[in-house]
Amino acid sequence: MKPFTYERATTPAEAAAAVARQPGAKFLAGGTNLLDLMKLEIETPRHLVDVQDLKLDRIEPTKDGGLRIGALVTNTALAADTRVRRDYGVLTRAIVAGASGQLRNKATTAGNLLQRTRCPYFYDPNMPCNKRKPGSGCAAIGGYSRQLAVIGSSDQCIATYPGDMAVAMRVLDATVETVKADGTTRAIPIADFHRLPGDKPHLDNNLEAGELITAVTLPRPLGGTHHYKKVRDRASYAFALVSVAAVIQKDGSGRVAFGGVAHKPWRVEAADAVMTQGAAAVTAKAFANARPTEDNAFKIPLATRALAATIAEGKSA
Amino acid sequence: MMSEMEMSRRGVLAGSAAATALAAAPQVEAQLAKAAAPPTMPVSLTVNGKRRDLNLDTRTTLLDALREHLKLTGTKKGCDHGQCGACTVIVNGERINSCLSLAVQHQGDEVKTIEGLGTPDKLHPMQAAFVRHDGYQCGYCTPGQICSAVAVLDEIKRGVPSHVQADLSARPQPTNIEMRERMSGNICRCGAYSNIAEAMAEVAGAKA
Repeated sequence: MKPFTYERATTPAEAAAAVARQPGAKFLAGGTNLLDLMKLEIETPRHLVDVQDLKLDRIEPTKDGGLRIGALVTNTALAADTRVRRDYGVLTRAIVAGASGQLRNKATTAGNLLQRTRCPYFYDPNMPCNKRKPGSGCAAIGGYSRQLAVIGSSDQCIATYPGDMAVAMRVLDATVETVKADGTTRAIPIADFHRLPGDKPHLDNNLEAGELITAVTLPRPLGGTHHYKKVRDRASYAFALVSVAAVIQKDGSGRVAFGGVAHKPWRVEAADAVMTQGAAAVTAKAFANARPTEDNAFKIPLATRALAATIAEGKSA
Repeated sequence: MMSEMEMSRRGVLAGSAAATALAAAPQVEAQLAKAAAPPTMPVSLTVNGKRRDLNLDTRTTLLDALREHLKLTGTKKGCDHGQCGACTVIVNGERINSCLSLAVQHQGDEVKTIEGLGTPDKLHPMQAAFVRHDGYQCGYCTPGQICSAVAVLDEIKRGVPSHVQADLSARPQPTNIEMRERMSGNICRCGAYSNIAEAMAEVAGAKA
């Protein structure tokens, strides 16, 4: 790790200002992703602003009948909340499908959204990587790409976003609330939070420098049956090859988002609309214009079968 | 002969090497003097019931603080990247990977390590069960397994859900499949898993 100075922030606006004013400063919440990357010197912040004292760890009802989840609510606490289990089951299922118990106890809601790709070339500082070092090239294109993106990728980067929680949040139409260094706040729909690589693969998301996530809000409950199906090489503690987050209503209509296939949770509203026609109709629309590699083309039929199994479970529930 | 030696290739090379070495030493010294010392900070935490005050390089993980500075070497460094669970300790009642946490993040926290769970003279029931059920071979993952196992039974009791739970509205039970899922963050190269699960089942049953 490169040396760094460390401070504890006492208010969200102060934290945002502290990061904005110092080049090379980053927020530190749970640290389960950032410290991993710092040990490999993929991330080299010179100053850390620890946000654990900011009192952003509550889950509260919103006036629209939804929930506001504080940025610092741990993955475990969020998954275990009675209201989430009862009304947003897809979110609990997605969270407990990810990582390990130890990691879920420390990882925070905001940090989970910000986790970086697990592309093996991003993680290997000896390899060219446009995300890690803009302009250096992409060793994944033409390399081992089994776990990488089939859609939304570019000629500069085929990395995927690896998290599970965000896929459920995408299917639930969550909103990310933030505060900037100047104190102004905004609400970013989850669909617009993560970026596709394009020609700026070094940018994972649309936050500005020093912009601090304060909460994630969920709209009022959707009802229906809630599913998170994660297909992976091991039964536990492995990233998704493909995952399916779905909320299905009694009449067979519903909505679905796919994980493991792109640099953001992949949901196409036009694909939702044909849910009653079955999985193949949905994935034909969701993965139209896909650009898989030879190594990862299997993900598209796999997504279809995973969704078919999910729809069948919904019918028998 | 001696004067001939001095003018030989060996003599010229040895002489010039010595001259170069003498010339380099002051440059290295200057560079070392210029390099700033890495930032350090004081941090106080309670470890196994005792308050400990440390002054640490900010980069020190909780794991390294425990092992290198407090000499509590029961907790192990298996991978240093949160992937093996050998570094599992219990902080404020919850299990975490101490390798992915900075010591300075834990100002004022209560940390329990394997040394705090039990001693050879006074084994924690989970330790005793691991012995009875042969829940280890080389023993390297074992402190992390035991800390995790104790925490898992507590998580089940507190109703924390898991990936294998069919009904999210029900209370989880300490079944074999539940315990295997919840322990998936602790790996064991010796393969003592089935005996670890039996040790946990015994302790869970005793509590029921």
